[in-house]
Amino acid sequence: MDFFDEFPSLGRTPLREMKKSIDAGFRSFSREYGDALESFFNPLLKFMVWFEKLLINTPWPIILLCVGALAWLGSRNYKLVAGTVGAFVVIGYFGMWEDTMATLAIISVATIVCIGIGIPAGILMARSNRIQAIITPILDVMQTIPSFVYLIPVVMLLCIGKVPGLLAVCIYALPPIVRLTNLGIRLVDADIMEASTAFGANYKQRLWGVQVPLALPNIFAGVNQTIMMALAMVVIASMIGVKGLGVAVLRAISNQYLALGLMNGLAIVALAIIFDRVSQQYGKRLQKHREGGHGV
Amino acid sequence: MVTVSDIKVSIKNLYKIFGADPKPMVAKVEGGMSKAELLEKHGHVLGLKDVNIDIKAREIQVIMGLSGSGKSTLIRHINRLIEPTAGEIVVDGQNVLDMSEDELLEFRRFRASMVFQKFGLLPHRTVAQNAAYGLTIQGSDKNEALERSQRWIDRVGLSGFENHYPAQLSGGMQQRVGLARALATDAEILLMDEAFSALDPLIRTDMQDVLLGLQEELHKTIIFITHDLDEALRIGDNIVILRDGAVIQKGSPQDIVLNPADDYVSDFIKDINRARVLEVGSVMDTKAIKTGIKIDVETPIEEAMQLMLEKDKKPARVVKDDKVVGSVTIDAMIKAIARPKHGSGNKNYK
Ligand SMILES: Nc1ncnc2c1ncn2[C@@H]1O[C@H](COP(=O)(O)OP(=O)(O)O)[C@@H](O)[C@H]1O
Ligand SMILES: [Mg+2]
Repeated sequence: MDFFDEFPSLGRTPLREMKKSIDAGFRSFSREYGDALESFFNPLLKFMVWFEKLLINTPWPIILLCVGALAWLGSRNYKLVAGTVGAFVVIGYFGMWEDTMATLAIISVATIVCIGIGIPAGILMARSNRIQAIITPILDVMQTIPSFVYLIPVVMLLCIGKVPGLLAVCIYALPPIVRLTNLGIRLVDADIMEASTAFGANYKQRLWGVQVPLALPNIFAGVNQTIMMALAMVVIASMIGVKGLGVAVLRAISNQYLALGLMNGLAIVALAIIFDRVSQQYGKRLQKHREGGHGV
Repeated sequence: MVTVSDIKVSIKNLYKIFGADPKPMVAKVEGGMSKAELLEKHGHVLGLKDVNIDIKAREIQVIMGLSGSGKSTLIRHINRLIEPTAGEIVVDGQNVLDMSEDELLEFRRFRASMVFQKFGLLPHRTVAQNAAYGLTIQGSDKNEALERSQRWIDRVGLSGFENHYPAQLSGGMQQRVGLARALATDAEILLMDEAFSALDPLIRTDMQDVLLGLQEELHKTIIFITHDLDEALRIGDNIVILRDGAVIQKGSPQDIVLNPADDYVSDFIKDINRARVLEVGSVMDTKAIKTGIKIDVETPIEEAMQLMLEKDKKPARVVKDDKVVGSVTIDAMIKAIARPKHGSGNKNYK
């Protein structure tokens, strides 16, 4: 009864052959198209380098001012502005200014890329159930597959550096904004959509005049999630050559430097909390008009 | 005399069946299958069944029926928010179903506007922006649209609320915005799907007055849906009664009250104040008489009786445009007020 004792597998040799040929196939693919891809991503790389340099080279008081102003624009809340500026001061005082700027740079670029891809993808997904059925499982894979697994082909294709790091961050951080854009649009009140259609609005007029504005709170929650997830990828991204707070954490892990790891980890947490609170306050303000309270 | 040009909207042999494969179901319904049977045997919902209505220009056509009778489905066919399973909808001599995508958009933008039961206002836009919505969709410049719609905001009594958001307004005021938005496009056809049903009774009467006042100067072709008979009688020049997607009766309010087609309609009218609804013209004798007080044909019986009782209780002369067109007795009026015996109509109401 051998059959029941051991699972009837393909067998060692054929399996090894199969893996080998897949590897070889991908390797030759990356030899052939690696350069092309690299030059395709070159403008992005240039932009990232420029942006990182900008953040690092700008005098710190100006950055503090900008950060405070952005926090104010987003939240209109003095406490949050004070907390934000305070956190940056502490970060700088403990010598993590430059790493924090580098991390801010990659997070910002990753967020911009995710918004640029994610919102159109979400809109497309909301447009038809068929497209939704195709994109949903892709998003599931992107969110659940261990990041190390997609790091392999990314590194094989593009070596290590900023661009593969950005790709890794984006693969992980993209799904929430796509999902929440789709959801937000689908949740728009059918009665309001019908009214819009009845007045002769075409697809574009319905999309930009009704669906997107009414989905904004959800889209915004998606942006918030995306930023959080991008921050969560900082350490892994540093493994393939992205500068920033993650590098220090990585060094702390391999050398068992407790204090270094803790400080840089807390700096990441501080960034996350600031992004989260400010963007949530902003999202709330977007919904002002929903408040009833008969101002009559 | 109704000439063809007086007909603004003509609905012909309209069928709507909801379900996976509705086309073959039409024949079954034509063959006499009921709504319940169609649902049970074939899993399809009968929405509309062989509806034929000619809607006159510049009048208010009421469509009435209980909830689920197909009123919303019917009105949405006129601007093709719903595609029919079979039939035609002819507006100004043109079949709406033959329109291309672009023609349909034009039709909705310029020729038929709509007011909704749940208002359907844009919550993120102000009263002024909502009222101007149809005009912005038409492609008007923003400022021009706001300027043009201001007149309608004033006309429905919302001056001063231009910068409020819908959520800050009461239901009645929100529907005023809905009405202003529909009027601002200058469409000749106004579709109103239970526009006042969500409002409190007093506010509803207010809105009916607003609508009747507007209609006196605008003379739009209004298709007004309601499940409320008092509203139907008050507003309608003509009434169509729907049941299970089929037209049960068509006629003037007077017709419906005096000659209900069947028990379904009798049920509808059993609680109304007949003396206030029925007019002298509906109960008069066309035989002219020489003496007696003069009463206008459109006087409600209630008032006419009072006038006659105050005088000598003798037959009165009925006048129309200063000409005597008939006579009326108190007896005839009492007879008309007496509620017809329950079940006196046709027996086909199940
Ligand atoms: N999209 C739909 N799918 C299936 N059945 C529907 C749909 N829309 C309406 N119906 C059915 O058609 C009938 C008429 O509905 P409706 O026109 O909304 O009635 P009313 O407006 O008179 O209350 C009801 O039985 C309803 O359940
Ligand atoms: Mg309805």
